[in-house]
Amino acid sequence: MLKDITLGQFFPGKTPAHRLDPRTKIVLTFVYIIALFFVHSFTGYAFVAVTLLAAMRVSRVKPRAMINGLRPLVLLIAITAFINAFFTAGDDVIFRIGFLRMTWDGLRRAAFMLLRVVFLVCGSFLLTYTTAPLAITDGLERLLSPLEKLRFPAHDLAMIMSIALRFIPTLIGEADKIVSAQRARGASFDTGSIVQRAKALLPLLIPLFVSALTRATELATAMECRCYNGGDGRTRLHELHFTRLDAAAALLGTVFVAVIAVMSRLRWLV
Amino acid sequence: MSAILAAENLCHVYGAGTPLETAAIQDVNIEIEKGELLGVIGHTGSGKSTFIQHLNALLCPSSGRVLLGGEDINASKEAARRARFRVGLVFQYPEYQLFEETSRRDIAFGPRNMGLDGDEVERRVLRAADFAGVDGSLLEHSPLELSGGQKRRVAIAGVIAMEPEVLILDEPTAGLDPAGRESLLKNILRYRDETGAAVVLVSHSMDDVARVADRLAVFRSGRIAMTGTPGEIFRRQGELEDMGLDVPAAAKIAAKLRARGVAVPEGIYTLEGLRAAICAIKEGRPC
Repeated sequence: MLKDITLGQFFPGKTPAHRLDPRTKIVLTFVYIIALFFVHSFTGYAFVAVTLLAAMRVSRVKPRAMINGLRPLVLLIAITAFINAFFTAGDDVIFRIGFLRMTWDGLRRAAFMLLRVVFLVCGSFLLTYTTAPLAITDGLERLLSPLEKLRFPAHDLAMIMSIALRFIPTLIGEADKIVSAQRARGASFDTGSIVQRAKALLPLLIPLFVSALTRATELATAMECRCYNGGDGRTRLHELHFTRLDAAAALLGTVFVAVIAVMSRLRWLV
Repeated sequence: MSAILAAENLCHVYGAGTPLETAAIQDVNIEIEKGELLGVIGHTGSGKSTFIQHLNALLCPSSGRVLLGGEDINASKEAARRARFRVGLVFQYPEYQLFEETSRRDIAFGPRNMGLDGDEVERRVLRAADFAGVDGSLLEHSPLELSGGQKRRVAIAGVIAMEPEVLILDEPTAGLDPAGRESLLKNILRYRDETGAAVVLVSHSMDDVARVADRLAVFRSGRIAMTGTPGEIFRRQGELEDMGLDVPAAAKIAAKLRARGVAVPEGIYTLEGLRAAICAIKEGRPC
């Protein structure tokens, strides 16, 4: 049951999107997300949709995978849309049920919100689908490294992130083992009231924390034994290099931003 | 018929319907008698662990049945839960399951889940601690402060406290020092002798199973490749080696002596047996 958890699943591949430098992809994703907030028309969203579909094509992400990725967020999206639709002030009321009233303004705003969240999530999924978690942390470290001059611990942050990512499968495996062992002693995790179920989690959580802490200590010792003392003077096995592909992607990104900027000026667009 | 636990045509398939479909165990048939100590050996990945998790309904078979006292343990959720109390399963490195504030409370976890009253729980905790070799003075300590060997014993006591009719242990002596192994095996034998429970011992140590098992089941690629007494099994050294398994040190020494022309009889697989045989040859009498 716990094995079903996926966090920003990565699909290995050899598409141009996979070959892009992670730094390029991180920056482009950020730019894309910020640009989304400057879209105020359906025409604008249509343009974003076309861009997204093109990017999905290039990176060979199947629409089905994207939809699966959206599934956990359905509730959040639905609530956002509902609140926007019913609690927006306006005169042109469509209908009312009790104190709830839906206005044209609200409906428009709800549709915008929905599109924005969906596009936002899809865009960031594109990053995690095409970039291995370790490549993302590497890229982040390099992007944040100028801040080290201001004593920002970019290397340590990236190290923490990669260790955390590396331990997720380990801890899931461990949790599975503990669940089995406690079930063998008659514990049941799926019956009883909410309070009983919460209590039933203790025999799982305590050993899990104990072993996570033990592992952390052991890992720290093992790292120190190999003379790890932070990022100072460390070189890397896999250096990141920008290529022509990155230049092309940056150019496309600039065009995207320019189009969004122009569109946001054109007030007459629907 | 005195079989307490029986597996009938047991199969388990992981990832059914996907390209990764693999049969972890196939067509496993075995009966476990009351009071018997069954040793289960096999190469890593041969299906031993999957097999034992079927015996207390932690895993549900893809096909086939597990009968406990003649009843299918997967007949209902209730039956499965009851089976878990009657068939105690000690996992490999069971130390990680400890979670309570004191060893006493941890050992009591199983019996309390059974819904027993306080006095009965207390009686079982003390008895289980005794069987598992947990010193009474340790009961008030946090199980997390104990040494590795003591943690292992507390964890095993936690299963024994349910007073199972079948006790299954997966590699109980892994990682223990020789003295610890020795005394743990003796404790397990004592539990068997005093309660008449059946014991299933999964082990990689041929010397361990040679010494304590009444009968052995050898797993290969998810099937039981052979069953028989340790004497019968360890005679087939060649076949065992083909499966990536070993024979006990005593059996190897006996084979080498035989190759050098010493008339050591067949069917020797424990150091005691070997010693007696050598004495008999040297001095013409057993010693």
